[in-house]
Amino acid sequence: MLNIECPYCGLRDEIEFSCGGEAHIVRPNKCHGLSNKEWSEYLFSRYNPKGIFIERWVHSSGCRRWFNLVRNTITNEIYEIYKMGENPKSKEGKIAFKKNWRGSHKDEFNNLEKINVKKKN
Amino acid sequence: MTLIDNKNKEKYSIFSIIRNSFTNHKKWQIAWKNPVPKKNYDVIIVGGGGHGLASAYYLASVHGVKNVAVIEKGWIGGGNTGRNTTIIRSNYLWDESAAIYEHSLKLWENLSQELNFNVMFSQRGVLTIAHSEHELKEMSRRVHAINLNGIDSEILSPSEIKKFVPIINIDQSLRYPIMGGFLQKRGGTARHDAVAWGYARACDSYGVDIIQNCELKNIICKKNKIVSIETTLGKINTSKLGVVVAGHSSVIADKVGIKLPIQSRPLQALVSEPVKPILDTVIMSNAVHMYISQSDKGEMVLGAGVDKYNSYAQKGSFPVTQQMIASAIELFPILSRLRMLRHWGGIVDTCPDASPIISKTEIEGLFFNCGWGTGGFKATPGSGHVFADLLANDRPNEIAKPFSLDRFEKGVLIDEHGAAGVAH
Repeated sequence: MLNIECPYCGLRDEIEFSCGGEAHIVRPNKCHGLSNKEWSEYLFSRYNPKGIFIERWVHSSGCRRWFNLVRNTITNEIYEIYKMGENPKSKEGKIAFKKNWRGSHKDEFNNLEKINVKKKN
Repeated sequence: MTLIDNKNKEKYSIFSIIRNSFTNHKKWQIAWKNPVPKKNYDVIIVGGGGHGLASAYYLASVHGVKNVAVIEKGWIGGGNTGRNTTIIRSNYLWDESAAIYEHSLKLWENLSQELNFNVMFSQRGVLTIAHSEHELKEMSRRVHAINLNGIDSEILSPSEIKKFVPIINIDQSLRYPIMGGFLQKRGGTARHDAVAWGYARACDSYGVDIIQNCELKNIICKKNKIVSIETTLGKINTSKLGVVVAGHSSVIADKVGIKLPIQSRPLQALVSEPVKPILDTVIMSNAVHMYISQSDKGEMVLGAGVDKYNSYAQKGSFPVTQQMIASAIELFPILSRLRMLRHWGGIVDTCPDASPIISKTEIEGLFFNCGWGTGGFKATPGSGHVFADLLANDRPNEIAKPFSLDRFEKGVLIDEHGAAGVAH
């Protein structure tokens, strides 16, 4: 069983949480000009790495707040937990963030950075 | 009907057993060889599980494409083929799913004869139970839809269920009492290893190379065309590559930059110590996430739902195991003191609509057969049959067409969460 440290409530068991899948998916900027392929990528395509993965979790039986989590999908080791709107700080988290295909689209990546900066300010 | 090429294989029968007993069973012909990979193949199938071997078999037997290799990083049938609960049924809601799973079930019905290998297919019935009024109503709608597709299914009342499965607890004081259920009599189970071995032997009879301990390292494309692959046993040239790797589809797709709508999750199962025959059918419950049958050895085979997060760890999370066992004991109090022998997880590749992907890709010569989620075993022959057709003719046939990758762009999803979400 995973032991997850909720950034708001502290260490709890896995059963209190729900997993929301891949983190940092940003709704595309120019919705009206988007092709079917781009829409389908946004809606359905998901990064599914064997190794380090950044995902969203929600403390559904607790404070019901969302947060991000960096986890190894082979060993289930958790490297880092950080709040929504922030970027990962650990070495593993940074590598996974860069490797993700979401970053492969320039537009998407810029969009992502912008949003995160805005929230910080 | 296509058949195993018997010119190259000794026929398995009672006479061959008697004949071989004279030599103390030491001179049985080898079932499949362990060849060194050739330099060129017309088609390479990645993944030596049931689906991969079936694809190679139908390529050779139906389409006459015999210069085929199946590469497998471990041993054949050692992945999800050897890690499932072997349930076979075709009672799906939508026409597209009904077509492919019924196609598969019809192939199952003749498979042992066709392969000359006893896959121990047993049509013992698959009974899905309902625990609420709503679920029962939904179930009757489903049964009508299934019947309209010409597939057998019938609704049973709690007392009929009790008669069919004497060990079940139909007491209305249960937390989730049994309100009814539906039965597909033609459903059942088969022996998973025998399926892999039967197909492997049949493949070998047509000269298909089954290369074990050979992992795909890299896919080499030129001008958006497959030219060769790099493996742990060196480079092999091919113009067609069929990827049938279940849980690892995303890992392979990532090598060529294809984005799949797939999430890999562990699905777990366990078996108990063997007991005398007590259950001669398959029971599934979507509401309490549990399915159970008894193997021919007498072990109770139990399966659970998928984990709620992605993982390649091949072991499930503990809360899922606990919940499955709690449900099993409530429905079958007789099981409460059974000891569990083995417990395992397989990595399944789940699609957003719980339906598989049998498709070409944007790269010429690269084909994927994946996304079977929690229910690939039942589809083994059908999946192989239609995928072989796609590989041979470069276009999907009528059955495979709806399962193409572009359904996510066109928005024509085949939502089978109701039939497939839990117990497959």
